[in-house]
Amino acid sequence: MSNSIKVPTMAELTAEGKIPDVLFWVGCAGSFDDRAKKITKAFVKLLNKASVNFAVLGTEEGCTGDPAKRAGNEMLFQMQAMSNIEVLNSYEIKKIVTSCPHCFNTIKNEYPSLGGQYQVVHHTQFLRSLLEEGKLTIEGGKYKGKRITFHDPCYLGRGNNVYQAPRELIEKLDAELVEMKSCKKRGLCCGAGGAQMFKEAEKGDKEINIARTEEAMDSKAEIIAAGCPFCNTMLTDGVKSKEKSTSIKVMDVAELLADAEDL
Amino acid sequence: MNYVSQIVFALVLIAGIGYFAANLKRLIRNIRLGRDLERTDRKPERWKTMILVALGQQKMVVRPIAGILHIIVYVGFIIINIEVIEIIIDGLFGTHRVLSFLGGFYDFLIGSFEILALLVIVSVVIFWIRRNIIKLRRFLFSEMKGWPKSDANIILYFEVVLMVLFLTMNAADYSLQQLGSEHYQQAGAFPVSQYLSNLITPLGESSLILIERSAWWLHIVGILIFLNYLYYSKHLHILLAFPNTWFSDLNPLGQMNNMESVTSEVKLMMDPEADPYAMPEEGDEQDVAKFGASDVGDLNWVQLMNAYSCTECGRCTSECPASQTGKKLSPRKIMMDTRDRLEEVGKNIDANNGVFKEDGKQLLDDYITREELWACTTCNACVEACPVNINPLSIIVDMRRFLVMEQSAAPMELNNMMTNIENNAAPWPYNQMDRLNWRNE
Repeated sequence: MSNSIKVPTMAELTAEGKIPDVLFWVGCAGSFDDRAKKITKAFVKLLNKASVNFAVLGTEEGCTGDPAKRAGNEMLFQMQAMSNIEVLNSYEIKKIVTSCPHCFNTIKNEYPSLGGQYQVVHHTQFLRSLLEEGKLTIEGGKYKGKRITFHDPCYLGRGNNVYQAPRELIEKLDAELVEMKSCKKRGLCCGAGGAQMFKEAEKGDKEINIARTEEAMDSKAEIIAAGCPFCNTMLTDGVKSKEKSTSIKVMDVAELLADAEDL
Repeated sequence: MNYVSQIVFALVLIAGIGYFAANLKRLIRNIRLGRDLERTDRKPERWKTMILVALGQQKMVVRPIAGILHIIVYVGFIIINIEVIEIIIDGLFGTHRVLSFLGGFYDFLIGSFEILALLVIVSVVIFWIRRNIIKLRRFLFSEMKGWPKSDANIILYFEVVLMVLFLTMNAADYSLQQLGSEHYQQAGAFPVSQYLSNLITPLGESSLILIERSAWWLHIVGILIFLNYLYYSKHLHILLAFPNTWFSDLNPLGQMNNMESVTSEVKLMMDPEADPYAMPEEGDEQDVAKFGASDVGDLNWVQLMNAYSCTECGRCTSECPASQTGKKLSPRKIMMDTRDRLEEVGKNIDANNGVFKEDGKQLLDDYITREELWACTTCNACVEACPVNINPLSIIVDMRRFLVMEQSAAPMELNNMMTNIENNAAPWPYNQMDRLNWRNE
């Protein structure tokens, strides 16, 4: 299956004199993390199925600088930002879709004043528009009636007020969308943001991802849907440490859609 | 005799307002110790935010019980204070219930003040029970011990006393009206205090006049004391909520400011044409400000105003994932520490003829520990929760910026992450050339 995916790079398209409609910003997790790579591929399969004319930067992509900025290293952030902007502008990129809310937030909100102005959408928003335009059709099939809860990634929800797109996609699967105790504007963080992903947590009486996993378990959901590779990792670890891996799955919304279509 | 009381009243009023004005001046001076920040764009949106969030209490009702009780106290306080206008006119000119010529409308006003006063007393009693008997978790954090706890209760006592004085004054007045006492013409409706009036009417005219006058004086003096208490209290939010929301950050919460001082350096670094040893052009020489914040003077003035606007409700802390899981971080404490340090700096300036004398202390370490700063996930739950749009996160990030860019004092794992980004453009040690390997896996 994996050989059947088509992932053109900007360099390749440019050499052929072609211009893509949208750039898929894969992000570091999506490129290197084993779990997140599956999300990347699921999204690409959906893009291929909808015949979207897209490209990736491939080896020309670099970290947006989000974890550096939030750790306090503004210098490193701006260096990353400016070199990325240079690449993006040289290809005259207009529209970007990304499956990482951190990349989404950074490119959308923090790049413009540094010279990088693009239309940026999260992959759940992009998938919703594909469905609306009829380029992609989804039939619930195997997810029909399943209890699914959506964990709002901080930088998608609270950070940028995107709450509906992922939920509408889940509802398209004919699944039963249930909400956790804290959701949407008041959603509880998975514990990874602000560069916490890359360090041990400070001393406390519980890990944040465990607290969030407990809220998800209280919702009695069979599937925790995520929209962020970091949230995905944190919640997967949470479910594992609760020894619930067999009864609760953590899946990206794109994976749910791709799987429903048997891609 | 009448003139004596009018003069005394005028003096009390001048003293009360004058002392408050002096403290207000000090408050503005302290806020201006912060760095400049331009926040006067998008004015229509700013007015709208202020009207919805401060005037309209939009974010208070996210928690319905506290929200509705707070609205009662807030509306009661504002509306009952219309009565203060009449009290001031009466006090200065020796009149009595000067606005009673409004007739039916006056009756309506006084009647609604009375009902509100009763509702305020009920709400305040519930607030007191929540703090002292039910002991809600968010009121019990370490930063709430000592003065902050007393402060909260003092405010509640003050409000009850003021409302009781208001109703007592009206009750005695009503009794005197019934008795046909001179100067006490029939005016006002007393839906609440009439019951109190029934109890005290038998005391007789002279006692009633004494009660009415005492309550009247204590009420207005109490209001002036309360006004002056604000500066020393978290209760300052009743004034600062308005400018604080007007000057809020209107960008999406996820957006963090880009530091301009860094931009110029990075541009210089990345420009192959730039001469790193070039002398700064004339007129271009400015003090290179330090990166980030280690003390209150490194924060911007909006962050300092935020600190004075905080009323320590703790909604930020109760929504904070780090705080919920037992870490030392409490966004409310970040704000309280900033205010306490700013007050300390302000007092230092007052004591040293207007010039700050180095005191060997700073916000970082002496007030806010590194452990607190590094526990933050930048999730913005605190910012979202604040009913007056305070942003504790921006202070946390500015202090991290100081730690990382001025002191290279990030936790080791974060240094590794940043080294990876520098070397291979990813937070993990993977080669950038392998970035597309997933395509063929």
